[in-house]
Amino acid sequence: MHELSITQSVVDICQQHAAGRRVSAVVLEIGELSGVVPEAVEFCFEACVQGTLLEGAALTIERIQGRGSCAGCGAEFPVSAYYDPCPSCGGHGIAISAGEELRVKELEVE
Amino acid sequence: MCTTCGCDDDHKHDHPHDHGDDHRHTHHHHHGEGENREAKRLAVETDILARNNRLAAENRAMFARHGVFVLNLVSSPGSGKTTILERTLGDLGGKFCCAVIEGDQQTDNDAQRIAATGVPVTQINTGAGCHLDAHMVCHGVESFDLHALDLLLIENVGNLVCPASFDLGENHKVVVLSVTEGEDKPLKYPQMFRAADVMLLNKTDLLPHVEFDVAACREMARRVNPAITIFEVSGRTGAGMAAWYDWLAERMRAVTED
Repeated sequence: MHELSITQSVVDICQQHAAGRRVSAVVLEIGELSGVVPEAVEFCFEACVQGTLLEGAALTIERIQGRGSCAGCGAEFPVSAYYDPCPSCGGHGIAISAGEELRVKELEVE
Repeated sequence: MCTTCGCDDDHKHDHPHDHGDDHRHTHHHHHGEGENREAKRLAVETDILARNNRLAAENRAMFARHGVFVLNLVSSPGSGKTTILERTLGDLGGKFCCAVIEGDQQTDNDAQRIAATGVPVTQINTGAGCHLDAHMVCHGVESFDLHALDLLLIENVGNLVCPASFDLGENHKVVVLSVTEGEDKPLKYPQMFRAADVMLLNKTDLLPHVEFDVAACREMARRVNPAITIFEVSGRTGAGMAAWYDWLAERMRAVTED
């Protein structure tokens, strides 16, 4: 359940940026290959924001689809799992270009 | 107070130097009778793991400065990490100056096993936490004489999921998989097998007694991570450990001679 410490980090980052202002909305970007489950973050968020500037803030999680290119033939394609073979040549060894993001994108403060 | 991370060792308070760039103030404009608090959007664009990654980079620089080679051993619980460590320390302890960090949710049972080998060890209990992080490691090495050390072995909390996301400042992650666990673990837990540079396939002495397809396991690990180096070992009998030691010695030489 590393989502708990991930969510705690989200709260810490937001509080630093909010600099004393109440936070009414938080937008996160979580890549589909990041190993972090958005539903678990939503669950932890409720608990982690208690007594902070984020209490009552709306949480939006934007999913970022995995993308990669084949180390063998250079083809670019969507990646849903690290073990997916290249759809062009069947090779393994994908260089990931998107989908591993774990980012606080923006905040709305009052 | 710790000068590296600014904490006072209670691991809980905020870090004042961690602040982001946005320190502008909003102004509440009063229109007519009601207070109209204008909501203001702030672009943050900050990696959620930024703090851990920064501390990991500082750990890595500190280890490099002292010429310490660092491995982060990860696996599911019961795969034999501690037994592999005991044997490795017994066989290499005379050649290299070693130390160990043990990560577990509770108990110092593993630290006691390591201490029995005569190697300095620090036990970190994470409580409810499911992984070690860079902050814990930065404090975990405080009792070691880093300058005298050649090799630091970090045994992470037994968990094939969470430790994959947390860089500790190690040179390599080493994933241990035992033949009692099923050969498809690399596909079930791809993050971990992708993050690791080495896989130790452990408990090979049990192969005659279990249904485990070594070739299929190797193929699945390579599907997730074509560059992974695989050693088949038995921590209990010592079979196959020589090749692992050769890899270790070669990689250590590259780091400590820099």
